[in-house]
Amino acid sequence: MFAGELRVPINSDQDIVLARQKGRALAAEAGFSAVDCTLVATAISELARNIVSYAKNGEISFQLVRDSRRSGILIIASDDGPGIADLRLALRDGFSTSGSLGLGLPGVKRLVDEFQISSSAGQGTVVKVTKWRLDHRER
Amino acid sequence: MEVPILKQGEFLIATIQAALSDADLEHLRLALVQRVVRFRSRAVIVDVTAMDVMDSFASRTLREIALMIRLRGAETVIVGIQPEVAFAMVQLGLTLEGVGTALDLEEGLAFLNQKFKTIN
Repeated sequence: MFAGELRVPINSDQDIVLARQKGRALAAEAGFSAVDCTLVATAISELARNIVSYAKNGEISFQLVRDSRRSGILIIASDDGPGIADLRLALRDGFSTSGSLGLGLPGVKRLVDEFQISSSAGQGTVVKVTKWRLDHRER
Repeated sequence: MEVPILKQGEFLIATIQAALSDADLEHLRLALVQRVVRFRSRAVIVDVTAMDVMDSFASRTLREIALMIRLRGAETVIVGIQPEVAFAMVQLGLTLEGVGTALDLEEGLAFLNQKFKTIN
């Protein structure tokens, strides 16, 4: 199974498609269900789109992770863009500064199991999300 | 990746055949609206069976397509949303509100034929 880290540079809308296809392939390889693969791909699509819309350039990386009980996929979206001045506001449903639907981040949060964001104005943004694999049994 | 648009009588059928970038979706929006005008179509079916992901942008663009086409007095039906994609859309909070949907192309055509038959 793939063990390292896979990085996809995000510079255009084409890269959004590439990133989610690579993430889906990795999730499928790791044994995620079809539904979970689609949830992972959708989350990646939203995170990559935020990079293109707000920061222009950034990167998405994927890696398979495990703790004592289960395995999962960790997705990190990072950019050196303008950052988010008010994180609390950005995580509220219905808030947007780019005229989109305004449910990017809260929506992504619902698609995954763990969601962590660090950002401040002028400092770029890093979003780390983890999706754990269901039905994983100890071998 | 250009989306082929087929003219079938008074209807247009756009079949998405692979994952689409934002630019592809915007191109589809323009192409569909132009063709509805050119062919005086009464309805458009967009077949999204092959779409891997329906994220906020894709879903917004499809809603815009449906709204623009409605302003022309025609109807839009989205067909073939895969179960996993539907699941992800609901989790994400995307609803395609106000846009007609049907299980697949066949059901979409049956729905439109029925609808326009009753009007005639």
